[in-house]
Amino acid sequence: MRTRHPFVRWLAILGALHAIVVCAGFFAPYDPIEQDRKNPYLPPMPLHLMDAQGHLHLRPFAYALKLREGAFDQYEQDIGRPVPLRFFKYGPGYRLLGFLPARIHLFGSKDARICLLGTDAYGRDQFSRLLYGGQISLLAGILGAGCTLSIGLCVGAAAGYFGGWRDDALMRVAELFLALPWLYLLFALRAFLPLSLSPLKAFFLIVAVIGAVGWARPARLVRGVVLSAKERDFVRAARGFGATDSYLLRRHILPETSSVLLTQAAILIPQYVLAEMTLSFLGLGVPEPAPSWGNLLSNLQQYSVLVSYWWMYLPALAMVPFFLGYLGLASSLQERLEPYKIERTSPGSLA
Amino acid sequence: MRFFLRRLSHAFLLLVGVSILAFLFTTLAPGNYFDEMRLNPQISPETLAALRAQYQLDRPLPVRYASWMNSVLHGQMGFSFAYNSPVGPLLFVRARNTLLLTITATLIAWGIALPLGVWSAERLGRLPDRLLSWATAALLVIPDLALALGLLVFGVRTGRFPVGGMTSLDFASLPPAGKLRDLALHMTLPVAALVLSALPLLIRHVRAAVAEVLNAPFMLAARGHGIPRRTLLYRYALRAAANPLISLFGFSIGVLLSGSLLVEVVMSWPGLGPLLLESILSRDLYVVIGGVLLSTIFLVSGNFVADILLYWADPRIRTKSGSR
Repeated sequence: MRTRHPFVRWLAILGALHAIVVCAGFFAPYDPIEQDRKNPYLPPMPLHLMDAQGHLHLRPFAYALKLREGAFDQYEQDIGRPVPLRFFKYGPGYRLLGFLPARIHLFGSKDARICLLGTDAYGRDQFSRLLYGGQISLLAGILGAGCTLSIGLCVGAAAGYFGGWRDDALMRVAELFLALPWLYLLFALRAFLPLSLSPLKAFFLIVAVIGAVGWARPARLVRGVVLSAKERDFVRAARGFGATDSYLLRRHILPETSSVLLTQAAILIPQYVLAEMTLSFLGLGVPEPAPSWGNLLSNLQQYSVLVSYWWMYLPALAMVPFFLGYLGLASSLQERLEPYKIERTSPGSLA
Repeated sequence: MRFFLRRLSHAFLLLVGVSILAFLFTTLAPGNYFDEMRLNPQISPETLAALRAQYQLDRPLPVRYASWMNSVLHGQMGFSFAYNSPVGPLLFVRARNTLLLTITATLIAWGIALPLGVWSAERLGRLPDRLLSWATAALLVIPDLALALGLLVFGVRTGRFPVGGMTSLDFASLPPAGKLRDLALHMTLPVAALVLSALPLLIRHVRAAVAEVLNAPFMLAARGHGIPRRTLLYRYALRAAANPLISLFGFSIGVLLSGSLLVEVVMSWPGLGPLLLESILSRDLYVVIGGVLLSTIFLVSGNFVADILLYWADPRIRTKSGSR
């Protein structure tokens, strides 16, 4: 017996994924900007249960890495030096959820560092950077989508509700924005803003730019819903009883737009996360040393990194589960809106 | 004809609007190309003022817009500070490279998506269709950036394909066949990235559009008349399902210039994308505006082409706009 709608399941999956990123301090073993200059570009350290002699261990362990004979940047596993994983270990301090000071980490090790995804040019742990980077990228996506949707809601509601010349003017401007290529517009907007900024300023700038670019589509959708909602009988009745415009909008019309807005949010958030990644990847977004999913990948632009250190690519795959979650959510929400439509843009068979 | 003219004037007005919008951004922009020079003690304020006057940066906005519009009409599209040459020719060379890449990719993507989508729609809900849905879903959740970078890593690790650029160093000395081969090898990875990122959406749209038509009574009647399967699918079903696909095709044409930006930058293909990025970093404003305008022209004309095609393909639209 299944009574719950599939979107509850997708919400749960997304919630779990986001919880990991929100509690990055706990899941990441190290500080994301702590450098270890002696160990640049360490390859990923796989975890083992079986040692070289074929004995089974209950506690997972990794082998420490040592330089290969005669090489200066090639490492190999040191079979003689297993580094057992310690769970719930005290490590570098962090603030859980941004305010709770804590020192406990999901895992860590006693002597050598365990870098599950290797390290970057400064010996920073890629796994920790990936988790912390998710905080920045996902927050940028969510805030950006919030920005876009509030602009879209205001414009769409104004255009749809008041109609007339206001509707015409607003929709012409929306058409203009729809005609501009999205990524180009993003770039052009970014071009006219200062290039080098502190990470915090850059972050909010990026959010504002990303959020300001895409308002036209949600505005048009909201306008459509408002247009049909304001002709509904109960709205007319309320108007007949002398309800003011603001009351009508607040109580009767805007609630009608909620499902469209939710669906749009599920579509926009991954798109905006990707936009942040693209900007940061190209050096126009959140600058180092703050990690973001985009600037984690930016050193792949160097040919030498591409050739020698393929594991620097691994963070690119991190957002695949997130995208899957959002796509599933969007498709199940859309299905709820139009139950009999054959799926086009979203993975119908996934739900 | 009236329909045609109305659409054309609409597209034209849209372009004028975009050009004004793009130009307005320049005034909002803090700083310009010459600001960095101000820090240089060797360049006197007088020289800077002269430079600003030469490029008309000291004139009021409407005057600048008018003179820029004038140069757009002459195909120059303003003047690049960094390249010290008119923007137009600069953009056209890069746009040619971009189009080479994207037209190839678009043709391949549609060539794969059409038969695959029809094939899948015919088996709607059965195992092959479900497998294909899963495959497209998997492709859909891999972001463009990850896809392009992944292909790049693949290219480097296998060493099978040259990475970066459009031609090899010794391109000029190769025989014609060798030139073609070299170009094709260089194009493989970027084209693959573009095709793979476009495919899932195209296949899904074709599948949905055809599946909707396959249930229609006239299809059953046609099958009852004993029309062979292939004719049935491609002559009858595809034509009836063409409407949303034509709009989509218009969109494909529209993004020919702007859709490959990221792939070009990642794979260092000498197209519009890297030029735009470079000019953003050096604040070469007219190049940025020119690039935006050029790709907008494509987007708008893509929609225009789709409108015309729809008008030609769908009699319902013809009668609707004729009665108005």
